Amino acid sequence: MNADLIISILSIALVAGTSLVFATIGEIITERSGILNLGVEGIMIMGAVIGFAAAFHSESAWIGVVVAMLVGGLLGFVHAFLTITLRAEQVVTGLALTIMGTGLASFLGQELGPEGGALVGLTGPRFTEISIPILSEIPIIGPIVFNQDILVYLMYVVVIAATYFLYHTRSGLHLRAIGESPQTADAMGVDVFRLRYLYTIVGGMLIGLGGAHLSLAYTPGWSENLTGGRGWIVIALVIFASWNPWRAVVGALLFGGVNAIQFRMQASSTDIAIPATLLNMMPYLLTVVIAVLTTWMQRFNKLIGAPAALGLPYNREERH
Amino acid sequence: MKNRKLLILLSALLLLVLAVVGITGAQDEPMKIAFVYVAPIGDLGWTFMHEQGRMAVVEEFGDAVETAFIENVAEGPDSERVIRNFADDGFDLIITTSFGYMDPTLTVAEEFPDTQFVHISGFLTADNMSNVFGRMYQPRYLSGLVAGSATESNIIGYVAAFPIPEVLRGINAFTLGVREVNPDAEVRVVWTNTWFDPPQEKEAAEALLAAGADVIAQHQDTPEPQKAAADAGGFSISYNSAMLDFVGQSVLTGPVWNWGAKYISIVQEVMDGTYNGSETYWGGLPEGVVDLAPFSELVSEDTIALVEERRAAIEAGEWDVFCGPITGANGNLVLEEGSCLSDGEMLGMSFFVEGVVGEAPEDASDEPIGFPMEEVLPRGDQIGMLGEAMD
Repeated sequence: MNADLIISILSIALVAGTSLVFATIGEIITERSGILNLGVEGIMIMGAVIGFAAAFHSESAWIGVVVAMLVGGLLGFVHAFLTITLRAEQVVTGLALTIMGTGLASFLGQELGPEGGALVGLTGPRFTEISIPILSEIPIIGPIVFNQDILVYLMYVVVIAATYFLYHTRSGLHLRAIGESPQTADAMGVDVFRLRYLYTIVGGMLIGLGGAHLSLAYTPGWSENLTGGRGWIVIALVIFASWNPWRAVVGALLFGGVNAIQFRMQASSTDIAIPATLLNMMPYLLTVVIAVLTTWMQRFNKLIGAPAALGLPYNREERH
Repeated sequence: MKNRKLLILLSALLLLVLAVVGITGAQDEPMKIAFVYVAPIGDLGWTFMHEQGRMAVVEEFGDAVETAFIENVAEGPDSERVIRNFADDGFDLIITTSFGYMDPTLTVAEEFPDTQFVHISGFLTADNMSNVFGRMYQPRYLSGLVAGSATESNIIGYVAAFPIPEVLRGINAFTLGVREVNPDAEVRVVWTNTWFDPPQEKEAAEALLAAGADVIAQHQDTPEPQKAAADAGGFSISYNSAMLDFVGQSVLTGPVWNWGAKYISIVQEVMDGTYNGSETYWGGLPEGVVDLAPFSELVSEDTIALVEERRAAIEAGEWDVFCGPITGANGNLVLEEGSCLSDGEMLGMSFFVEGVVGEAPEDASDEPIGFPMEEVLPRGDQIGMLGEAMD
């Protein structure tokens, strides 16, 4: 493989992985607070369709982004209300959100177009590549990292901000605390209910943003089932990343890059040493390996393990 | 007491109304037609084109028909339930539009002998269940002529879903067209292993463009490969629907489905009581079930003239795409001059022709296949052969 090929593969992997990074960090924040949200697929696709519709009608891609985040936040609120206030089973609620989101997105795709028609096949505003002066001329790194659409740059900011927030601020400590031991956090005077609401909504907003990257930058436009199961990849990625934003980036590059690599191998008609199907399986295989390791090895689990109170509703009156 | 009288009166009135409605309803009851779709109607591809067919029926017959459809029906037990519900509701004609609906359709057809069923893309029939499909390879060949004329790098990319006979037949027909006008060009195939995944279809097309392809053809369900080609300044050949409308003039042309033509004739024949309810139909360009999308303004007059000439030969039944000599990708002669592949052989195609670069399920055999034919058989006889091949 020559340098050009590697650059083009990494560049594609980065942009293909961007929607995954947004959604994965959103889900990490939600899960860190102790709430499991399996509605990622539904929220992403709702963000994609409504984001595109808003951008189309307002003729501004940025308005699309904002609306997609609001929709994601709203669905996050629905999940929070059902699981925190009503203490509904989180897995079932999340699945319901996904089923509802995908169905509603198909419906809206047929209704939100001009004059109540379909959105399918329309072209609207989109984000295109912006190459950053000077930085984009750095050999190898420049064309990969600094020649992307603006949402990719926003992704860098989100990753850095999320990491800083989680590990270097008091609020981040509170976030991690309510997911590890809500009783202790409560005793410390942290408002568990309010924060769980907040982070489920914030997580939903980032997941919606991930959907918007698909319909406004990566594959601009709306077509049914646009997310194609990426929401489920996100669920796997969170485990793969062991609830850490930086590892989420590595995982998203891997998940996003695998297709780019195997397609390019096929297209350049080189003799493929690894079958494409095996290559496609790798990220999932690694996820399974990590999931096995976390349950199998106590020490490994302490190092990267899931938030201890993940999926458990918090009830002040009960002793845990 | 007063209430009871009122109740009786009202009931009698209701009965009367129902009776009147029943009588008038029976007088000019519309024919009820149901469609079962595997994907959402907004997919811009396979199901979208069936939906266009349904709308063509509505436009043609107006109040004489009443249509219904259910989209996104999973193949298997779900589809059997949906089909049976339609039959229970008294639909006269039920059209099921995915390969995997074949067995469920057959099961329900046996339960409802008075209902007519039409299954798309399968191979089983019953007394009241016909099997309908189209010779998509014919317009694919024509689109290959256009692609071969347009390429300058002599590399044409082909984003393909699964290595099954239907897809291989399309790639081969396309490549035969490409090589006829441009013997130096090669067609590179990238398998996505999915019918429908917009980002993956885009990535596959981008990989081909990066490898030097300047025309992108496809056998997928969305226009993403077309968009990728347009973004990279290349050309493309679409599939399913006329994607020039969604993507622009870089879409030179493309094979399209035109189900309305067949659906209208089925409905008319069922109304007249003349429909052969157990037909096996594989219609091509002459029947209008498949067609070529309008040309982009970037296609030259010479190319259009060549395409029209070939189309006329196919429509007249003088020639078909898989007539020899045809060489396989491994250099072996697959089909001798003067022979044509039978329908059965086409339906089971499992090799690449010369000019295709990609992973083929198997190489062409050492021995040529096919049998000599003095002329292409009339359509009806070919369909007879198809039936035999399927037995």
